[in-house]
Amino acid sequence: MRKVAKLIDTTLCIGCKACEMACQEWNDQEFTLGTFRNSYQTMPDLAPNFWNLIKFNETDFHGAEAWLMTKYQCMHCAEAGCIKACPAPGAIVQLDNGIVDFHQENCIGCGYCITGCPFDVPRLSAKTKKVYKCSLCSDRVAVGLEPACIKACPTNCLTFGSRDDLHYMAQRRAEDLKKNGFAEAGVYDGPGVGGTNVIYVLKHADRPDAYGLPKDPSIPWTVSLWKGPLKWIGNVVFFGGILGALVHYIKVGPKESHDGG
Amino acid sequence: MNDSVSRRTFFRSSALRATGALTATGLGFDLRPAVAAARELKIARTTQTHSVCPYCAVGCSVVIHTLGDKARNVRPTVVHVEGDPDSPVNRGTLCSKGISLKEFIVNGERLTRPLYRAPGAAEWKPIAWDEAVDKIARRIKETRDRTFVEKDEQGRVVNRLTSVAMIGGCTDTNEINYLLGKLRYGLGIIAYENQARL
Amino acid sequence: MTNGWTDVANTDVVLVMGGNPAENHPVGFRFVMEARRHRNAKLVVVDPRFNRTAAVADLYVPMRSGTDIAFLGGLIHYMLERKLYQEEYVKLHTNAPFLVKEGFGFEDGYFTGWDSEKKRYEKSTWQYETDGSGFAKVDQTLENPRCVFQLLKKHYSRYTSQAVANICGCTAEEFERAAAVICSTGKPDRSGTILYALGWTQHSHSVQLIHTAAMMQLLLGNIGMPGGGVNAQRGHSNIQGATDMGAWNYLPGYLKMPGANHQTLEEYVKAFTPKPIRPNAMNYWSNTSKFMVSLLKAYYGKSATRENGFGYVNIPKAAEGADYSWGHFFDQMHNGRMEGFISFGMNPVANGPNSPKMLDALAKLKWMVVVENFETETAAFWNARKLGAKYYPNFVDPANIQTEAFLLPAACFAEKDGCFVNSSRWLQWKYAAAPPPGDAKPDQEIIARIFLRVRELYRQEGGKAPKPLLEMTWDYATPHSPSLEEVAREVNGRDLTAGKQVSGFGELKDDGSTISGNWLYSGSWTETGNQMARRGQEDPTGLGLYSNWSWSWPANRRILYNRAAENAEGKGWDPLRTPIRWDGERWTGDVPDYKKDAKPTDYGAFIMLPEGVAKLFSQDLVEGPFPEHYEPVESPVANPLHREVSSNPAAGLFHGALDKLGVSKDYPYVALTFRLTEHFHYWTKHVASGSELQSNFFVEVPEALAREKGIQGGDLVRVSSARGMVEGPALVTRRIRPLKVDGKTVYQVGIPIHWGFAGRVKGPLVNNLTPSAFDPNSGTPEYKGFLVNLEKA
Repeated sequence: MRKVAKLIDTTLCIGCKACEMACQEWNDQEFTLGTFRNSYQTMPDLAPNFWNLIKFNETDFHGAEAWLMTKYQCMHCAEAGCIKACPAPGAIVQLDNGIVDFHQENCIGCGYCITGCPFDVPRLSAKTKKVYKCSLCSDRVAVGLEPACIKACPTNCLTFGSRDDLHYMAQRRAEDLKKNGFAEAGVYDGPGVGGTNVIYVLKHADRPDAYGLPKDPSIPWTVSLWKGPLKWIGNVVFFGGILGALVHYIKVGPKESHDGG
Repeated sequence: MNDSVSRRTFFRSSALRATGALTATGLGFDLRPAVAAARELKIARTTQTHSVCPYCAVGCSVVIHTLGDKARNVRPTVVHVEGDPDSPVNRGTLCSKGISLKEFIVNGERLTRPLYRAPGAAEWKPIAWDEAVDKIARRIKETRDRTFVEKDEQGRVVNRLTSVAMIGGCTDTNEINYLLGKLRYGLGIIAYENQARL
Repeated sequence: MTNGWTDVANTDVVLVMGGNPAENHPVGFRFVMEARRHRNAKLVVVDPRFNRTAAVADLYVPMRSGTDIAFLGGLIHYMLERKLYQEEYVKLHTNAPFLVKEGFGFEDGYFTGWDSEKKRYEKSTWQYETDGSGFAKVDQTLENPRCVFQLLKKHYSRYTSQAVANICGCTAEEFERAAAVICSTGKPDRSGTILYALGWTQHSHSVQLIHTAAMMQLLLGNIGMPGGGVNAQRGHSNIQGATDMGAWNYLPGYLKMPGANHQTLEEYVKAFTPKPIRPNAMNYWSNTSKFMVSLLKAYYGKSATRENGFGYVNIPKAAEGADYSWGHFFDQMHNGRMEGFISFGMNPVANGPNSPKMLDALAKLKWMVVVENFETETAAFWNARKLGAKYYPNFVDPANIQTEAFLLPAACFAEKDGCFVNSSRWLQWKYAAAPPPGDAKPDQEIIARIFLRVRELYRQEGGKAPKPLLEMTWDYATPHSPSLEEVAREVNGRDLTAGKQVSGFGELKDDGSTISGNWLYSGSWTETGNQMARRGQEDPTGLGLYSNWSWSWPANRRILYNRAAENAEGKGWDPLRTPIRWDGERWTGDVPDYKKDAKPTDYGAFIMLPEGVAKLFSQDLVEGPFPEHYEPVESPVANPLHREVSSNPAAGLFHGALDKLGVSKDYPYVALTFRLTEHFHYWTKHVASGSELQSNFFVEVPEALAREKGIQGGDLVRVSSARGMVEGPALVTRRIRPLKVDGKTVYQVGIPIHWGFAGRVKGPLVNNLTPSAFDPNSGTPEYKGFLVNLEKA
């Protein structure tokens, strides 16, 4: 089966938040009241009921104003850290088309996937004790529709299609940008995790951090160990959850849950 | 948010997730990509109606999905709104406001019955449609009979009513604006304006 | 829009000024992105704020709110001086060669003819010099010092790059960088477009500002061209349609409203049928009588006869010089001269200027009818003292407000059919998807019930002047709730003799044998059915005309003035972007803005104008034939061009107790209002989704000003003007640069609209601050560039 992917050409993003709202609507999320944060970004972060976030970053490049807007959601990694970390059978699955999907009915709320994710995406709900994230609208994709965010995007900043096609498009777009004076333009697709099914085109690919993207994403060694040579230990400790907690502590400290309401 | 319950009730309960054929081995953490059937499509059996977004003037076409197949005993309820891919204007895309039009249509804050506020009153009181229309017509006639100007001071026929103003909103369709015009000219109103002025 | 959204993809340069399409028309903005990606088009944004459109622009130039004419005047100067204009186009398609009468001039801020007592111009010196047969004299060499071109050159010679920088607050280099890109479209094979919105219309000199833009586009040869034009984005789904359907001063189809001095239909037709000014002018308004009689016949049916002037006497006639536009009639209401008020879906307390005055005006009414989806600030005005306690603590107590109020629940857009006209002038039909909630009713039913009930009262009881009411046609199949399809057919028009729908306005007659509710929409519902509901997606020209999708006024023409995209012989200036082509017998492509089988040399390209060409010099506007930079009525500086005549001398101002204007000593900062992409006007505060993406009212404060005042992001600030105040958290940002204007530092403060005292999420009404100052041509209030003070609350 061909892998599907999402291309995000950040040079075309106008921060209109249509993708945010398309995601909320399609997934029938409960709305929360945004908060004022001295920014147009009123949702501070991803949340159990908010899976698609535009990060706004006021900065400057070479002395001129710059206002970077970047869509941020699950990257649907080829080698998904969340799957590696998850101890609950069937809670996280990777579809043949590459989509990494959470099935909350099997989720035990341990939060190990949060630890395993190099992009800090999954969110644990305090209310339901389950973890949530973007499903790349697996329900829509299954019947031949595009994900809701992709369909809504007014400026064609988002494209959906086969991963190979989009890779080609992304490379070409980056070359175009280079020709038009953006020497640092490039493609970002998370090489540290075997490639992601979300591909970014950045004008300033030398500075992914300015867009809120990790410079060198990788699965924590603790998780890799656990699911690699030390897999048997993982199997044993599943019932105790000790190692998982340890892994989490090593990486981010005490586990946090995010209130949906 | 007080509509959060209603928006979640129907689909959350019906959009059952098929677990699909998962392979779990033993205490298992099978790393093979699992093949799972996706959740059911929430708009699989809705009725689709073509409409146009009421917000800005780009004029995006939208498809309004309503519950039910138009059968006699079903009251259609809007369950989803999505961009119309056929429109050369938006080709299926929408902005954050357009994509959430359902929240505007199905909204607990909508007015559902006529209200009346008597002079000096501190609150609205419900009023029946017929009574409201009767009272309004009576007020219009009283004012018009008393203040209508048939001839000006130079004796010229002017047939105007300058003591009543009428304004139209930004989503009144052409046909509604045309009917408002007929009401206006019937009464002789000069002060007729709309959102376009601002 | 002269062109349309889909056409923007054809452009080489987009100037966004007085608009913010990435935020306020995001879907329309996709065509800008297409032009950039596929044509390598350049996007230039000139705006007081570095907004989300600027964030993706090739070039951003900051400016002071209210100084757009100076900037555009500077562009005109720049292109004339460097000969970057398209000379052949200018000679052929504009009145540049026309000679203006001796005696015309401009001095110290005034054109000739200013009457300082009446505060208006006497326009006799603004006229063309004519020959024996009444036609304007021309000089095709453009060298005669009294030809429009030379006068234009002289007028804008003051608008140097330095003068622009001094007024607008950008640097001369920034201005010239933008000018070079914009003026690169003066070549025949380049097109540039302008996208603007309320940042241009909400000034006390807005119509002149848009005239400047049109002049600039004419000089560059961009009018009529695919990828060109002057494009008003318009802010609401059907205000284009509302504009087409008439207002206080005009009837449907831009037919002028008669005044008391036009007693008979003959007098009316004579007054409003222009005479051609050049021998080759088609002068399409010579058909005024056909359009007017067909309208009267639609209104008054059998009662309209040739003998009674087709019922013309029934049309109300205002006194000469009277003004009932928005600001004026609210001023009258405020002064107790109005008794009744009917609002179908509009919220003047929120969206009119000077909200305290709006509230006060409504409190003086005897009765008020509001038809709405939600309880708005207008509906609940009588409770403002309680609901808006912070802002209106001294507003009248409800017990002392005698206004009787009716609030009627209306169906929303999804619950009724009918047609919206988008900014491309496309009439798009929509269908009802669901019934209205509860006991809400569609507007057509509410209007019909009121109309029929009033008429019945007059029938039963008699009363003053019943004729206009009794003779008005209302012969719909279901009179108490007319089908909008039936109404749309009436608007299109019928040939009464043949008993058929007319197929276009060319078939309308002035003998009473045709009806049409709006001649401009003739062709929208023909014998072949509802053209507005068409869904064809073909684009055979490749220019994005989409002629089979919906229906566009006039006559399904997609690019206005498309005859100007060709030279005298009918050959396109740009062979790749020629909207209509002359094949020797007829024009093909878009519907020609021309007679479809007339030779290229038969007529001037601008068929609606008596000149036959477009006007760089215009007698139509009240404050001068050329646009001049005037400061906003409240300004931090005196006009550097003529300090004694600082703001528009003809601006619409009021002088009541609530109409105060502030001065920069008390109110040192320039403020402007704006919209956010997350909200729509004053509606989405009733909707949960919008409040997730933007929950709070806030005030955008330049970083340098915040530092001066010790304000941190999120600190509560109070912004006050001579009218009122608002409070909210400060959004401290580098995106609004401090500007150097006439030697002094000017700070600008941006304040979003969208909040009020009704709705799920509450906040101050930004119009507490705005002045009752209006453009004298359009009656639009000045929401951009007024003065405020700002302090930590």
